[in-house]
Amino acid sequence: MKSSQPETARIIVGMASCGIAAGAAEVYNSLQKKITEQKLDVQLDKTGCNGACFREPLVEIRMPGLPAVVYGDVTVKKIDQLLDRHLKNRQIIKEWAVLAESFPTPEEELFKNQVRIVLRNAGSINPEIIDDYISRNGYKAIQKVLKQMKPEDVIAEIKASGLRGRGGAGFPTGLKWQFARQSQGKEKFIICNGDEGDPGAFMDRSVMEGDPHSVMEGMLIAGYAIGANEGVIYVRAEYPLAVAHLEVAIQQAKERGFLGRRILGSKFSFDISLKLGAGAFVCGEETALIASVEGKRGMPRLRPPFPAVKGLWNQPTNINNVETYANIPWIILNGASAFSALGTEKSKGTKVFALAGKIKRGGMVEVPMGMSLREVIYKIGGGIKEDREFKAVQLGGPSGGCVPATLLDTPVDYDSLTETGAIMGSGGMVVMDDMTCMVDVAKFFLKFTQEESCGKCTFCRLGTKRMLEILEKITEGKGEPADLQKLEVLADYIRQGSLCGLGQTAPNPVLTTLKYFRHEYEAHIFEKKCPAKSCRELIAFRVVADNCTGCTLCAKVCPVNAISGAKKEIHFIDPKICTHCGACYDACRFDAIEVLTGILEESSEKITS
Amino acid sequence: MEASLATDIGSLDLKPLEKILKKYSDKRGILIPLLQETQKLYGYLPQAAIIRIADSTNNDISQVYGVATFYAQFRLKPVGKHIIRVCHGTACHVSGARRITETCEDQLGVHDGETTSDRKFTLESVACLGCCSLAPVMMVDQTTFGRLNDREVKKVIDNLKK
Repeated sequence: MKSSQPETARIIVGMASCGIAAGAAEVYNSLQKKITEQKLDVQLDKTGCNGACFREPLVEIRMPGLPAVVYGDVTVKKIDQLLDRHLKNRQIIKEWAVLAESFPTPEEELFKNQVRIVLRNAGSINPEIIDDYISRNGYKAIQKVLKQMKPEDVIAEIKASGLRGRGGAGFPTGLKWQFARQSQGKEKFIICNGDEGDPGAFMDRSVMEGDPHSVMEGMLIAGYAIGANEGVIYVRAEYPLAVAHLEVAIQQAKERGFLGRRILGSKFSFDISLKLGAGAFVCGEETALIASVEGKRGMPRLRPPFPAVKGLWNQPTNINNVETYANIPWIILNGASAFSALGTEKSKGTKVFALAGKIKRGGMVEVPMGMSLREVIYKIGGGIKEDREFKAVQLGGPSGGCVPATLLDTPVDYDSLTETGAIMGSGGMVVMDDMTCMVDVAKFFLKFTQEESCGKCTFCRLGTKRMLEILEKITEGKGEPADLQKLEVLADYIRQGSLCGLGQTAPNPVLTTLKYFRHEYEAHIFEKKCPAKSCRELIAFRVVADNCTGCTLCAKVCPVNAISGAKKEIHFIDPKICTHCGACYDACRFDAIEVLTGILEESSEKITS
Repeated sequence: MEASLATDIGSLDLKPLEKILKKYSDKRGILIPLLQETQKLYGYLPQAAIIRIADSTNNDISQVYGVATFYAQFRLKPVGKHIIRVCHGTACHVSGARRITETCEDQLGVHDGETTSDRKFTLESVACLGCCSLAPVMMVDQTTFGRLNDREVKKVIDNLKK
């Protein structure tokens, strides 16, 4: 949201991927049509995601003499009212407001407790218009660097800021730059890792879509600091909008002289090109990413030599992720001390998190390091959907782990999170409630890493497969007492016997769930019970006779016709046909279907009683 | 990814491929973008195209094939007119992605990873589309649909069938 008073009325639609998925494109098109038809004196514009994804589509209206208001859950049906009341009659519709300049809204807690450095322009600029970025101090940092700073000064400033790599590993960024600066090579490269592969993470997508120039400016500064003239942004092909916005941004930066030869009249030349990933999670690992940019199979190699010494085309290369680069211009303009004033002793600045799963305010937030998980989930995220019970939060994707309720006061910083067995990771935070089975979650991640293992290291390739088989057995009710120990032994071998981060961290989701939710594994193995009532082989569905009205809805949605019963009569689920998919449970409006667990298939009379 | 190549040698029009090859000649690290553009052109990577690319980039066919089978994006068989990608990321998984895939399977009469016999639809699973706060999510061609349930999925597919 912009704060200055506009001269003309503007309507701004949030058009990031998440907004479009929620229907923002229809809203935008309908607004455009109505504005033209009714000859309204208003400018229609687009912006990226401001983070309140759970209320998408978002529409901001700014008018002279009125406070700016962001409306949520805007549908095509609501547009007439919005135009009539707000635009024509200057009446703010308070009950639809997500964020407003002059009055409190139910969602303001989401924004109040954030500190926005990386997201400084999120939802405030049109990412396809370079002047929008420039008007918010854009490309001022590179000007300052080129006019006033030597490469060594830039590196010293970044080192002093305490910035650590935001891709997950947390290596000090300034130090990484220094190594690349000191390395000799006939050319040097800057790579931006935009291969955001962790399922459950979308921070980098949002930044590339919503503020591509900030990432490019960070790369420019890094290029100047290490002595590189060429930059590559490696983006996932699954992010078509990010690719499109980056292409526009590169073109515009070239036209304005922020990219190309002798930038801003200096001796520094720099170009940026895009490389699209082709769908391999392992390419998030830096040596695998480099192999992929070179056109090979994306398989990691032994380090050292590190990319700072031998990277792309065997030349010194600096790789950082999207969020790391987006921090750089802010640090240069505001000073290292302003950055290091935020956070904890060893983790400085802020971190962007993608809140997802069973959380009320799913979206993207940026908080100072050191804030507790509880504050992030409850104060900012609004707590658990339907006020159910919090069970765990998954951090760091397939390399991370599940943190239980007892550790909710853990501060969000690299070292404290590592202590729990999870990791900071790139910022995915998936919240789970009492309906989520932790064995199933562990299985989910193992299935992912097993599929994504590049196959180079035996322990990663085969060890993950064996672990997955054991987890499948357990969730099918065929687990044996010795399985838990087998999992732990295998986890240890995989950790030790893998070359890259993918294998070394693959067992983490299993190990953390074994550590904090061992009772759930034991319930599956010894009692053949899934406490979360989620593992299909261990549950059964039954009609609650007292509640059933005979509305026939369950029978209609059942994909295998397992439900019988005449209209207005109590229905019956045939356990022999039922596949436990849960469609009837979701469809029933009278709480007349219950889920049971711990009952063996043989005793079907018991289920159907 | 299917391990066998489609048999299309002799029947494939290689002329449009030559244009792409020309665009990328004398550049380094071009194999993946080259394969991506080829797939965009034909909808998959035809055997004849792989052989032609290997020849023109001075690679062994096995090297090109190795890259094509390493990355999830590349296909060696033709796909349907519409590609439905159901997201199976963490947030979608805990929000019922399995059911979304099952509903698609029911509606289309194919299994995950298959193409309908009329070549109209291909059903796939993807790791994460990055729209986690709108889970469960699926992407049809370039359009993403969020906050799905059985009914919404049926609606989307019915609209495409028309």
